[in-house]
Amino acid sequence: MFGDYSIGDLGAIFAMQGFAGLILFSVYVLMALGLAIIFGQMGVINMAHGEFMILGAYVTYLTAETFQVYLPSLFGGYFFLAMLLAFIASGSLGMLVEWALIRHLYRRPLDTLLATWGLSLILQQAYRSIFGAREVGVELPQWMLGSEHVTDTIEVPINGIFVMCLTVLITLCVAYIMYKSRWGRQVRAVMQNRVMAGAVGINTEKVDRYTFALGCGIAGIAGSAFTMIGSTSPTAGQLYIVDTFLVVVFGGAASLLGTIASAFTISQAQSTMEFFMSGSMAKVLTLLAIVAILMMRPQGLFALKVRK
Amino acid sequence: MMDNPRFLNRTEALGILALVVLLVVILPLSLDVFRLNLVAKYLTYAFVAIGLVLCWGFGGILSLGQGVFFGLGGYCMAMYLKLEASSVANTRIQSTPGIPDFMDWNQITQLPFFWQPFHSLTFTILAILIVPALFAFLIGAAMFKRRVGGVYFAIITQAVAAILTILIVGQQGYTGGINGITDLRTLKGWDIRPDHAKFVLYFFEVACLFGCIFLAQFVRHSKLGRILVAMRDKEDRVRFSGYSVANFKIFAFTLAAMFAAIGGAMFTLQVGFMSPSFVGIVPSIDMVIFTAVGGRLSIFGAVYGTLLVNLAKTALSESFPQLWLFGLGALFIAVVLAFPNGLAGIWRDHVQPRIDRLLASRKLKSGGWTDNSVADGAPAE
Repeated sequence: MFGDYSIGDLGAIFAMQGFAGLILFSVYVLMALGLAIIFGQMGVINMAHGEFMILGAYVTYLTAETFQVYLPSLFGGYFFLAMLLAFIASGSLGMLVEWALIRHLYRRPLDTLLATWGLSLILQQAYRSIFGAREVGVELPQWMLGSEHVTDTIEVPINGIFVMCLTVLITLCVAYIMYKSRWGRQVRAVMQNRVMAGAVGINTEKVDRYTFALGCGIAGIAGSAFTMIGSTSPTAGQLYIVDTFLVVVFGGAASLLGTIASAFTISQAQSTMEFFMSGSMAKVLTLLAIVAILMMRPQGLFALKVRK
Repeated sequence: MMDNPRFLNRTEALGILALVVLLVVILPLSLDVFRLNLVAKYLTYAFVAIGLVLCWGFGGILSLGQGVFFGLGGYCMAMYLKLEASSVANTRIQSTPGIPDFMDWNQITQLPFFWQPFHSLTFTILAILIVPALFAFLIGAAMFKRRVGGVYFAIITQAVAAILTILIVGQQGYTGGINGITDLRTLKGWDIRPDHAKFVLYFFEVACLFGCIFLAQFVRHSKLGRILVAMRDKEDRVRFSGYSVANFKIFAFTLAAMFAAIGGAMFTLQVGFMSPSFVGIVPSIDMVIFTAVGGRLSIFGAVYGTLLVNLAKTALSESFPQLWLFGLGALFIAVVLAFPNGLAGIWRDHVQPRIDRLLASRKLKSGGWTDNSVADGAPAE
């Protein structure tokens, strides 16, 4: 497999596949960040997270269509507005879901798993009824197409760089919110000791609701990024949910740094292997490797405490 | 009530009798062969559901990957039947006669080594029982010895289901790919496709189902069953009492896997094909909902729950296809929020006391609990 290529060739291949994997990495990071916040904060397994992502993708699609029809001159900049709208849409839906369903199910993670799976079925059918069962494609603005030639053999897709920068920005924002802001301190307090946090006057229910909404909002932005790597259909979210969970569990659910590291490892491993073997075998091997590593080290890469 | 040393108390014996009458007498007499075959298909899922009652309801281990074992059992049987249907005489027109058609399309000229042993029925039956159990044993041993439980275990079973699905679909030459293994004809020369064969297979399957029910009941009433329940509710106390919690969990999980595999093999016989669409995450979670609706603490509930949910699915998706997924999603949420013990719980809490009052042969202080009283109302963790 490796014998046909020289060392220089291999280096170029890895670099190119690495950049090609950037968008996948970004989607994983954004999804996993949202999920890790929700899981770490409330112990809630949100199987409908993929559907929140797809909502963001659909909102992006709608924004693109609206701009094409009504404001074609501003089409180049629609993406930023689309991301903002995706964040708001998914975040609002998340708040609604938290109020209606999730808050009855704290401290029962296996039950939330089943309940949120039911929610994901409902959302999928809703998308199917509203948007149709066929896939929709989102047209990218002109400046996002194409790729940059960094060297002779390495090409970097521009939308990859864009999404990468976006992800870095959002991750920094989330880290800032979590660790430097007053609200982030409340979130961490509730995460560590809910009862005491309530006793010192923090409104735990409000904190939960906004945390869930934040996690879902980030998933919405992931959906915007997702429109670049896949076509948006009602069931597309389900493809990513298992991967996202594995990213979260692999990184250690309570650690943002672990989530980023594990998303990077998994996405790069998969995209690099895709060059050498078929896509499905690459996926199988990556998943197998993760499961094997998790079997040996169940707490993930950066665990703060022992998992049960 | 758990102190009842008898294998079947009176309520359970009546329950078994009712189920026997339903499955052996009422349904075959009232349904035509096509619908009876549908019922047989639903009953194959009941095998998985019974396994889940043992492993999840009594053991507290939620496995979202039972489709893996269902698929493994199903594929073993399918491979045997396919080899029989791909005899040299039947496959005269292929470029390589004597091998399954999908291998021929994929330009494979020789039967792969792992297909060879499936020429023998004995090996196939052994494989159906042993291969999934071995798989479950390996997964269980790796997870439970390291005290990985609950949510993490559930996610990893999902990952395993995803892995197996992708593997099967990707290796079309060896496994039939996304279409699965189809066009199965005869079992040791006996044609399984005509109506009278389906009739016979239905009764065979019902017999196997009762075998599994009795085995599950036996486990539940043994000391092993009591330890499983104790483990589910307070694992650390069981550990401190000196029991090896991991070993019991591995046993429960492996037994559930074996039941699921038998179900899968029955499915292949009844329906005549096996495909990766029964292996993945979605069917695995559907199997969990059958158990949850029926009542995860009741073995009979698992059977009834499976039949009811599948009946609803067939009825609704024929008439109102858009409504079905809404209904299924709402069912998931309702089962979790409103009736966590499923239909069996409703029966036990509302119907059973009335029946007992009618019979009134024993004065029961707590108003008619069945053996489920000790296992009552415990959450899924």
